[in-house]
Amino acid sequence: MFISSQFMLLFSRQGKLRLQKWYVPLSDKERKKISRDLVQTILARKPKMCSFLEWRDLKIVYKRYASLYFCCAVEDQDNELITLEIIHRYVELLDKYFGSVCELDIIFNFEKAYFILDEFLLGGEAQETSKKNVLKAIEQADLLQEVCSD
Amino acid sequence: MPAPIRLRELIRTIRTARTQAEEREMIQKECAAIRSSFREEDNTYRCRNVAKLLYMHMLGYPAHFGQLECLKLIASQKFTDKRIGYLGAMLLLDERQDVHLLMTNCIKNDLNHSTQYVQGLALCTLGCMGSSEMCRDLAGEVEKLLKTSNSYLRKKAALCAVHVIRKVPELMEMFLPATKNLLSEKNHGVLHTSVVLLTEMCERSPDMLAHFRKLVPQLVRILKNLIMSGYSPEHDVSGISDPFLQVRILRLLRILGKSDDDSSEAMNDILAQVATNTETSKNVGNAILYETVLTIMDIKSESGLRVLAINILGRFLLNNDKNIRYVALTSLLKTVQTDHNAVQRHRSTIVDCLKDLDVSIKRRAMELSFALVNGNNIRGMMKELLYFLDSCDPEFKADCASGVFLAAEKYAPSKRWHIDTIMRVLTTAGSYVRDDSVPNLIQLITNSVEMHAYTVQRLYKALLDDISQQPLVQVASWCIGEYGDLLVSGQCEEEEPIQVTEDEVLDVLEGLLVSNLSTPVTRGYALTAIMKLSTRFSSVNRIKKVVSIYGSSIDVELQQRAVEYNALFKKYDHMRPALLERMPIMEKTATNGPTEIVQTNGETEPSAVEPKHPPPVTQPANQANDLLDLLGGNDVVPVIQTTMPTKPASAGGELLDLLGDLSLSGIPPMTAYNKNGLKIDFTFERANPNPNIAVITIHASNSTEAEMTDFVFQAAVPKTFQLQLLSPSSNVVPALNQGTVTQVIRVLNPQKVSLSMLTYTHKGSPVQDLAEVNNFPPQSWQ
Repeated sequence: MFISSQFMLLFSRQGKLRLQKWYVPLSDKERKKISRDLVQTILARKPKMCSFLEWRDLKIVYKRYASLYFCCAVEDQDNELITLEIIHRYVELLDKYFGSVCELDIIFNFEKAYFILDEFLLGGEAQETSKKNVLKAIEQADLLQEVCSD
Repeated sequence: MPAPIRLRELIRTIRTARTQAEEREMIQKECAAIRSSFREEDNTYRCRNVAKLLYMHMLGYPAHFGQLECLKLIASQKFTDKRIGYLGAMLLLDERQDVHLLMTNCIKNDLNHSTQYVQGLALCTLGCMGSSEMCRDLAGEVEKLLKTSNSYLRKKAALCAVHVIRKVPELMEMFLPATKNLLSEKNHGVLHTSVVLLTEMCERSPDMLAHFRKLVPQLVRILKNLIMSGYSPEHDVSGISDPFLQVRILRLLRILGKSDDDSSEAMNDILAQVATNTETSKNVGNAILYETVLTIMDIKSESGLRVLAINILGRFLLNNDKNIRYVALTSLLKTVQTDHNAVQRHRSTIVDCLKDLDVSIKRRAMELSFALVNGNNIRGMMKELLYFLDSCDPEFKADCASGVFLAAEKYAPSKRWHIDTIMRVLTTAGSYVRDDSVPNLIQLITNSVEMHAYTVQRLYKALLDDISQQPLVQVASWCIGEYGDLLVSGQCEEEEPIQVTEDEVLDVLEGLLVSNLSTPVTRGYALTAIMKLSTRFSSVNRIKKVVSIYGSSIDVELQQRAVEYNALFKKYDHMRPALLERMPIMEKTATNGPTEIVQTNGETEPSAVEPKHPPPVTQPANQANDLLDLLGGNDVVPVIQTTMPTKPASAGGELLDLLGDLSLSGIPPMTAYNKNGLKIDFTFERANPNPNIAVITIHASNSTEAEMTDFVFQAAVPKTFQLQLLSPSSNVVPALNQGTVTQVIRVLNPQKVSLSMLTYTHKGSPVQDLAEVNNFPPQSWQ
């Protein structure tokens, strides 16, 4: 089975989770354990190492953007290089939305980060390959939210 | 009641906390406030409170009391509420809790909502975390939305359908009609998700796969358009048009083309086109090339295309980007068996990757290097691999050492080279060598007769340097025990012979016995080696002294050995020379050394051991090994089971030829076993021409009405003695005593007690029994 992503984690260099999206059913306890272990493993890697590592029975694809690590778990069969592109696309979306995004934006607007991710990926797969369309949908949804709320 | 603080306010406050304790206090305070707000059923601020709860949850604090609140938010009419509610559901609920089922109705309603963004939320949540029950209930709604003309919804419905199928595969059929015109869409989002859906269906069902093969031309066309079309700003990534869609199509083509000539043929041209025209300067281009290579290798492509693919991988290996090198090595590892020659061309680049800094790259390079070793390149490759072994991380050493041994065994250009290679591994990675290598190596050394002097000399010198690496020490002890005479006589031809006295050798071996570094197993080796030297050296008194000291060792194993060796000196001194004679050449059988366990490439290398024994052989061998384990200990002494009927009876006989004279004359037969209608008698003979061996013939007869099929008789004796089972006359013991199955066992000095294991099938059910045979006639043992 090719799921592009089993889960996606964003965390800081101090190991603080900024976003966690799970596409496979796991209990809260299991999620905590996985996050903790994986974050430690990745933080221990040296900068010269490649972006892929085998971890348990998964392949982890990760990339650091400024102070944030973006980390995706894919199945062994997947194309790691395109996963890097998926991560990059998400970063671009955040960047466009927040205007030169930085970690603070994601901390203070974490729910927006989730909304954007949910317009880009669904069930672990990319649902929209046009940057423009994703951003348009978010924009419209935001408008709807404003209209509804006080 | 003042309004609950805003989300951003809370975040700001929490971030001012200077200690973990301070943070915890703030969180607890806020949670208490939120809890009371929930209790009051406050609709206005529920959304805000849940959002805050989600933030605190992300920090690691418990938030389960917010689960029901999320459901209430989802049920609300306000879009803001729904947005947060669904987000909360995805973060706080999981399908193992029944609570999540309460969502089902809300989702159903929202799937039919008038606003597409609400529908989108529902589809997203269902597609992300929908349980099987939910999927079953809502599949119909999803299917409906799959047929809508609204592309925003259609693409989400397609991925939602993928999730439904993963959860409830039986529902796949119902989505089939909706797939009819999916590929005629112009919208890339819909196209992409449709391809994902089709891929999922094809992977799960061979029928679907066959059904969708007709889409190959259409897929090829779409891919062609993507490549040939001009710049499209909406989908462009570094000059490539919609790489995500391209990769997905290539993947679907792979599945459709696999094992199908026609489909493979139809996609041949486009694959070649993508392979040659894609820009390789950025990761995105390489991602597409990579997918193309994977597809080419998996379908039935023509050889020119395959070579093209391997060359792409070869170019990847030279890329500066280590990620690219990594995927290249991974793919080459997969193709090295099928396209061996093509991969060989890139051997030197692969070997260079052994020096890479990245652990994953090094590992792959190592596995690939072993796969590429052959008779022509063995010397050069081994040099590189040994250098790698010297400097690599400990996590690699065991595998590398095993790989070196295997490769050396297969392709060693000369015996001297082979021994040198083994020595190198033992001295540089001696503590990482697998335990099973020790018996293998000993066997190898035994069989290289002309190298004995050289080998023992080198091993002795290695011991002088370092006695910490147990496998090295064990092999060295064994060799010194065997060939100590060659050592002191300075007979080495291959290199400058060293001058060493008997006392010096004994010093070294005794040093092993007392050293803290030696494991009990190693001590056993050392003691036995010392004992063996009693027939090779003249300083017998010294040896006698050592042996008698260890007769009171705390280590039971050592004590037993010492006591028995002592007995050898005292009562059986006349037998000692023959007992401790030079070991003959040991035959390799399927039981000797589990070389099958050593794997490279994740595939089992064809075992260096002759695997040509007919299947029944290996089974009894394993059972016999289990029996031996029951009696304790895996010693070096192999149990030889030759059940090839064509082998002459005395083939393994030389090995048993260790005792002095033992007379076995006129020994009466005995009944060894009589149970459930199966009777086994033993008759005894002296072996001819070796009277030292008891030849026991077992006669198995069956007095029941049904015959016993698949009859197998196993026997084991304590490990210090040896047993050889020849093949039985038959595996079927006929009923009602109409005939017997006979089988010959050759035993050295059958003891009072031995274990036998019988298995057979009687009236359709398998029977197994373990029996102790302890009524051997006194004349058969001493």
